[in-house]
Amino acid sequence: MHDTKVKQSAENERHTLTVLVDNEAGVLARVVGLFSGRGYNIESLTVAEVDPMARTSRITIVTSGTPHVIEQIETQLRRLVPTHVVTNWTSAKAGIEREMALIKVAGTGEKRVEALRMADAFRARPVDTTHASFVFEITGAPAKIDSFIELMRPLGLVDVSRTGVAAISRGPEAM
Amino acid sequence: MDKDDTLTKAAQAAESAQTMTGAQMVIRALKDQGVTHIFGYPGGAVLPIYDALFQVEGITHVLVRHEQGAVHAAEGYARSTGKPGVVLVTSGPGATNAVTGLTDALMDSIPLVVLTGQVPTHLIGTDAFQECDTVGITRPCTKHNWLVKNVGDLSRVLHEAFEIATTGRPGPVVVDIPKDVQFQTGSYLGPQSIHHRTYRPKTDPDLSSIVKAVEMMAAAKKPVFYTGGGLINSGPEASALLRELVDLTGFPVTSTLMGLGAFPASRPEWLGMLGMHGTWEANHAMHDCDLMICLGARFDDRCTGKVSSFSPKSKKIHLDIDASQINKIVRVDLPIVADATKALREMIRFWKSQKHKVQGAALKDWWAQIDQWRGKKSLSYRNSDSIIKPQYAIDRLYELTKHRKDVYVTTEVGQHQMWAAQRFHFNEPNHWMTSGGLGTMGYGLPAAVGVQMAHPDALVIDIAGEASVQMTMQEMSTAIQYDLPIKIFILNNEYMGMVRQWQEILHGKRYSHSYSEALPDFVKMADAFGCVGLRAEKPSELDGKIQEMLDVRRPVLFDVRVDPTENCYPMIPSGAAHNEMLLSPDDGGEISDAGKMLV
Repeated sequence: MHDTKVKQSAENERHTLTVLVDNEAGVLARVVGLFSGRGYNIESLTVAEVDPMARTSRITIVTSGTPHVIEQIETQLRRLVPTHVVTNWTSAKAGIEREMALIKVAGTGEKRVEALRMADAFRARPVDTTHASFVFEITGAPAKIDSFIELMRPLGLVDVSRTGVAAISRGPEAM
Repeated sequence: MDKDDTLTKAAQAAESAQTMTGAQMVIRALKDQGVTHIFGYPGGAVLPIYDALFQVEGITHVLVRHEQGAVHAAEGYARSTGKPGVVLVTSGPGATNAVTGLTDALMDSIPLVVLTGQVPTHLIGTDAFQECDTVGITRPCTKHNWLVKNVGDLSRVLHEAFEIATTGRPGPVVVDIPKDVQFQTGSYLGPQSIHHRTYRPKTDPDLSSIVKAVEMMAAAKKPVFYTGGGLINSGPEASALLRELVDLTGFPVTSTLMGLGAFPASRPEWLGMLGMHGTWEANHAMHDCDLMICLGARFDDRCTGKVSSFSPKSKKIHLDIDASQINKIVRVDLPIVADATKALREMIRFWKSQKHKVQGAALKDWWAQIDQWRGKKSLSYRNSDSIIKPQYAIDRLYELTKHRKDVYVTTEVGQHQMWAAQRFHFNEPNHWMTSGGLGTMGYGLPAAVGVQMAHPDALVIDIAGEASVQMTMQEMSTAIQYDLPIKIFILNNEYMGMVRQWQEILHGKRYSHSYSEALPDFVKMADAFGCVGLRAEKPSELDGKIQEMLDVRRPVLFDVRVDPTENCYPMIPSGAAHNEMLLSPDDGGEISDAGKMLV
């Protein structure tokens, strides 16, 4: 016998979704309002117009929930009138996910040298330098940025700015 | 002048004829969309549209007394005609007063186009007089909405608004139009030139699912059709097709509150409504079936009861036009995302062409079981010859009107609504208008105004409670103004009856603020409004007074004084399953702590 009840107790999973929408006024509020109104999580959100001619914007959302909730999120997003297409990079399609962060570290002496050495190992690039601080630009999977931030913490981490995840499919096809 | 020149001139003339102000575009678009009635209330930010309306023939404007009334009236109009309801209100409070109606229409999938005025574009964001963020406020309570900042977009948006409101899963839309845009001139585009960029509702069923569905139906030993408001919204043909499918299969049918009328209550296959106040036979059939065929319903909590015990032994087919409803509450075995009419047409076609037969012997046993459940007579009640029982009042109302085909019933929300759903039997779709999803007290009276506007000669009755009806009572003035002979049949038990019932069962009979203190005298009130007031206090006078109400071609407020302590049964207590119904107060029935948390 199959289980009639929709599973509420299943484990939470993290999924990355992309929504291609018409770039009309209020479209972001529509998407974000759907998440808050129905009690879904947003872990990160990235949005920008991607085709000025077609006036489409691409919204990439990292969310978490049970498989049932994730399925609901996808169908609810598809239901929004300005939505062109919704893609799930975690369960439906192979994609590349990248995030960029700007990370400010202040310090002098050995800590400063160590921060620069670590940055080099992570291919993080100093984009602002003073005698007492660096701003590093780092790009990669969110987990890589997480570990870089953790390494910077004892070395004088002052500030973090992250873009949230951008995602695109592998291979020649569009989403 | 040569021929080409003449053509160019004609084209230019046609072109110039299409240049008009934003306000004129609104009226023109309404006409092009076939709108004949709008419900509204003027104010500063919609004056140009009202001015354009003043100068045009062919659109009847119904002036309500409160914007909530306008939206409910438009809902009543829409539900009884199948056409979209149209509302015109001003900015700020005009728009915020419309919010309850918009949410009601969204929950019940009612097509509405609501036009709101807005402060001029250069004042947006300055906290101007009667400014509010209408699109922000109405975003979560509409299917879609627009703020039109450029007159060049206006006609396109208006036509898109009608398309989106009426197609796919219907719903309310809001078009917010700043006052300067109403004054500006631009070119008008007709509806035929509009093609939405992204909106493509899926209405055609996947045929392999249809084939599978009819195979499952042919194999079923204990099937039940569970039908909802989606069948009504799909149009009268869907109801006709359901009847044909039942002719072919002989399966029993139950409906949600929203779905009543799609299948005739007079037919033997009818089990009555299911759910919290559904019949014993409907709920037990749902619980024990081996195949549930859900047509345009959404497994609402009023219908399912405790989800983990919901119909544990059945395979489930779920037909819905909205993919997001599939597997939302209950995991189903066969989803069909399509318009109900198209899907039912294909089901019938495949059932016939593949020469399917039902499991005759098993079905006979199933019907024997159902007849046993029917034997419980779950809608029976103990009548009285000294006090009017609310059930008796509805029974008499039904008996005295059932010979008429053109009876439309609206309701408010509460016990009277459930009694009406249980006891006033419908044989046709679009004749029953009630607030299902949102449960809006105050819905019925303005909805009756809208229904009567659409069907001037029909008998339109609002079965009401004394508490609900006071929420939108001011619309009696509207009924008087437009000579709408609506009948407000108030089951006056001096309590918010359903609140009182729950307090009795769940809160130790502590009737916290549920008594209708300081009630108006409804007969005098009727007099003040200029309509007919009636009162019945004894069962013996009920028939005569009902007849009086029916015979007078004027709006009537009928104060039916009923037993204040009567409760609505049968009832599935909160947190219980379909097979744990209470038939009467004597059934007792413990309510779990989890159940008490539910609404």
